[in-house]
Amino acid sequence: MRPFTYERPTDVAAAVKAVAATPGAKFLAGGTNLLDLMKLDIEQPTHLVDVNRLPLSGIEDTPEGGLRIGAMVTNSHLAADARVRQRYSVLTQAIVSGGSGQLRNKATTGGNLLQRTRCAYFYDPSKPCNKRHPGSGCSAIDGLNRNSAIFGASDACIATHPSDMAVALTALGAQLETMTADGATRTLAVADLHRLPGDTPEIETNLASGELITAVVLSPAPAGGQVYRKARDRAAYAGGLASVAVVGQQVAFGAVAHKPWRAERTEGALKSGAGAVEAAHAELAGAQDNGKNGFKIALVARMTADALRQASEGRGA
Amino acid sequence: MKTTITVNGQARSLDLDTRTSLLDALREHLNLKGSKKGCDHGQCGACTVLVNGVRINSCLSLAVMHDGDEVTTIEGIGGEENLHPMQQAFLVQDAFQCGYCTPGQICSAVGMLKEAAQNWPSQASEDLTGAIALTDAEIRERMSGNICRCSAYPQIIAAIRDVAGDVA
Repeated sequence: MRPFTYERPTDVAAAVKAVAATPGAKFLAGGTNLLDLMKLDIEQPTHLVDVNRLPLSGIEDTPEGGLRIGAMVTNSHLAADARVRQRYSVLTQAIVSGGSGQLRNKATTGGNLLQRTRCAYFYDPSKPCNKRHPGSGCSAIDGLNRNSAIFGASDACIATHPSDMAVALTALGAQLETMTADGATRTLAVADLHRLPGDTPEIETNLASGELITAVVLSPAPAGGQVYRKARDRAAYAGGLASVAVVGQQVAFGAVAHKPWRAERTEGALKSGAGAVEAAHAELAGAQDNGKNGFKIALVARMTADALRQASEGRGA
Repeated sequence: MKTTITVNGQARSLDLDTRTSLLDALREHLNLKGSKKGCDHGQCGACTVLVNGVRINSCLSLAVMHDGDEVTTIEGIGGEENLHPMQQAFLVQDAFQCGYCTPGQICSAVGMLKEAAQNWPSQASEDLTGAIALTDAEIRERMSGNICRCSAYPQIIAAIRDVAGDVA
């Protein structure tokens, strides 16, 4: 691991200022992804600003009847919160399907959203990767791309976003609160946080340099069931091959694109009165097979139809 | 960088390179070799310790992040003269062969039972809103962050079951 300096501010404005003021600086939250990537020399920060002790670890009721979740709330605490389990069970279902108990005890709400792809070529510094070295090429497009994207990929990158939690938040239509380097705050939808790869797969989010996620805000959940389904190669502690979150008639897919994928065509078909199978296929009609990941198309279609059926029967409501 | 961590009840002051993982601080600087380095990437669980009572992978955390924290390693869980009930149960159930993963398994199991006692849910929980019954399926899922290369899993489940008691 390369040398870096370290500081641990106690207020949000100081943390944001510290990252903005130091070229090569990064925020350090739970560290379960960042430190792993630093050991592999894929992340090379010169300065770490530890945000673990910022006062962002509360979950509050909002006046509108939703929840404001501090960015430093751990995945374990968020999944276990009684209000989340009662009103946003899709979020608990998604979180407990990811990582291990030990990881969820460290991983945070903000950090989970900003974790990086698990594309095997991104993790292998001996291979070209446009995320690690822009312009070097994508090894996955003609390589072992079983885990790659079927939606929104480009000639530069077909990596997927690995978060489960973010898929549930996308289906719930969650909003983010952030603080920018100048101390200003803003809100943006979780759906607008991540970018498609285009020609710049190394730029993964729409956050400005030094901008810190401070909270995730949930509106009251729409009526209906809530279901998170995830397919993976082993029964526990494995990344998803694909996942589906259903909240009433709102639907998002995971591990199929560079960002959590809101299935707007499926939602549109449901509004027009389509059945679960037909609605599922409405989105999958736009999916792309890159050679070894075509199985995801049928997989997601079946999982979606099944999750919609379960939600319509009131599961997770 | 100067860091003070309370390890097994004793305040320990260290002057560390910022890169030092909590695991390396425990093993290489404090000579507590019970916590093991398996994968060093958070995948095997051999490095599991309790920080402020909560189980984490000590390999994926910087020691400097834990200034002021209370860390419990297998050495603090219990020793030859005062075995923790979980250590005793692992012996009785023969829940290991080579023993390399065992300190992490035991720290993880102790932390896991606390989580279950607080009714934290898992992927194996059928009903997220009710009281969770700690079935064998629940124990398996909750211990999935600890790998045993000797595959002593049935005995590990039996040992944890001995401590947890029967499902209500």
